[in-house]
Amino acid sequence: MRRAGSSRVLAHLALLLYCLIALFPTLMIVVNSFKDRVSIFAQPFALPTAKTFSLDGYRTLADSANFPLYFLNSLTTTLGSLLLILFVSSMAAYALSEYTFRLNALTALYLSIGIMVPIRLGTVGILNLMVSLHLVNTLWALILVYTAQGIPLAVFVLTSFMRGVPRELKEAARIDGASEYRIYGLILPLIRPALGAVTAISMIPIWNDLWFPLILAPGEKTKTIVLGASAFLGQFVNDYSAVLAALTLAIVPVVILYVLFSRQLVSGITGGAVK
Amino acid sequence: MSVSSTQSLSSARRTRRRPFPLHIVVFLAPALLIYTVVMIYPILASLWLSLNHTVNGVNTFVGVSNYQRLLGTELYVQPLMNALKNNLIFFVIHMLVQNPVGMLLAVLLTMKLRGTTVYRTILFTPTVMSVVVVGFAWKLILNPAWGVQRSLLTPLHLQSLDLPWLGLASSALATLSLISVWQNVGIPMLLFLAALVRIPEELYEAARLDGAGAWTVFRYIQLPLILPTVGIVSVLTFVGNFNAFDLIYAVQGAIAGPNFASDILGTLFYRTFFGYQLQPGDPNMGAAVAGFMLVVILIGLLIYLVAWQRRITEVQF
Repeated sequence: MRRAGSSRVLAHLALLLYCLIALFPTLMIVVNSFKDRVSIFAQPFALPTAKTFSLDGYRTLADSANFPLYFLNSLTTTLGSLLLILFVSSMAAYALSEYTFRLNALTALYLSIGIMVPIRLGTVGILNLMVSLHLVNTLWALILVYTAQGIPLAVFVLTSFMRGVPRELKEAARIDGASEYRIYGLILPLIRPALGAVTAISMIPIWNDLWFPLILAPGEKTKTIVLGASAFLGQFVNDYSAVLAALTLAIVPVVILYVLFSRQLVSGITGGAVK
Repeated sequence: MSVSSTQSLSSARRTRRRPFPLHIVVFLAPALLIYTVVMIYPILASLWLSLNHTVNGVNTFVGVSNYQRLLGTELYVQPLMNALKNNLIFFVIHMLVQNPVGMLLAVLLTMKLRGTTVYRTILFTPTVMSVVVVGFAWKLILNPAWGVQRSLLTPLHLQSLDLPWLGLASSALATLSLISVWQNVGIPMLLFLAALVRIPEELYEAARLDGAGAWTVFRYIQLPLILPTVGIVSVLTFVGNFNAFDLIYAVQGAIAGPNFASDILGTLFYRTFFGYQLQPGDPNMGAAVAGFMLVVILIGLLIYLVAWQRRITEVQF
């Protein structure tokens, strides 16, 4: 009994220590972004006090960068890609789980290539494609690429969830004369948890991506927040309060989204990888 | 697709019972179309481009000569081998640090402690943040001018560790790997956790009756049962690492300094394709680097399928 108790204490200590390591850099950034320039250097670990509190960094940011536009671009790209991923993948997953047809297994296999082979290896081809479609420096280029990138895993996760929907339900609808499209529409609300899981796992890599915005949409009007922040950091490398403010603004939205979607994210990652 | 459609069409005409399953095509078409046009076709087009040489906008098929150039000329082979070596080191550090730490955290999280959900949420937070933010945050912390490192190390009498870790050719790559480990440890943690919670409670009870300690339980119950997940995690780590670019680019720039000490295939690919400083970009050679990366990834997947899957079946029987 005593041994079990002491190992629990040790486990708590280890987890607390690692939580500290996990949070430390983020906290440093956020806390110091609210301090004046002198105390950022003099006392990096101190909380801001009435004397050291300052919003200078945020002011520089408001004056010099198109951060609201970058933010909107990221939001449009992420939401657009997610809607497309959910829509086209759920349809494909419905077909794969509901009907037995020749090429069913082959289609599933073909789609699963994308889980293992990174889309980045096709960058040269993607850039050429987007140039010929006149989509370079538009958000559509990013939305299409992220949709293609998200489809394989989304189809994989949604197919296994859709298999779990009771047969009787669909048969009953068919007897009532519902069309196949209507039945698909009836199924969707039933797999809401799976849709949430797919949203959560697809969202983060899209929001955080640097590679494709850098290559396909580096223009000032189409910069995403990650690309904008990266360019800004290069430019203002010595204005620490502005840099810390920029970092804080890039951290906060994603952490809020994460906390909101945390449960779906866990079920998505674990459900997707462990068949 | 077309073969089966025409076949079912003709059979539908014969029997007049089963109409052509148009709805299957409608359901599958959008996903297959986007996936094929934006992912599969560009990957194949890139591979095709790597077999071509472009002069004044005219493409000529040159076979494997780009690959010969990549592997046979001093200008290309030296950076390529340097990047490959660095990529392997990057991968090995992840395998040795990230995955064991992830496993340890997962085991701790299965002990049914109070606050497990809170711990799990916090431990995963770095993973959801952008690499740009993560890279810059660590760059600030490790920056000797800010002195955060110093004010942390001095009280511990470890001033000798106060070095510009990211600025030294000898330590830059290892430091970047550890930053990446710090960020991504949440993924193996969650995957191991998912495998651990599936272990039936009876096994633990039986072990407890036999008086087994935590280590024995881990060694003889948990580890063997999560072995398949170890394989999956290794493959994900491998593919992820050979696809890495963002962190190095965000911290060290496309040059992957100091003196290419942190150059990996992703940054080399970027530089070959777009050019840097005085060297102009070359899409064909860039495509050849991507082709080389694809081969490395496929070799890794093959090793996993052949060696690991076989070992698992041997363990089971």
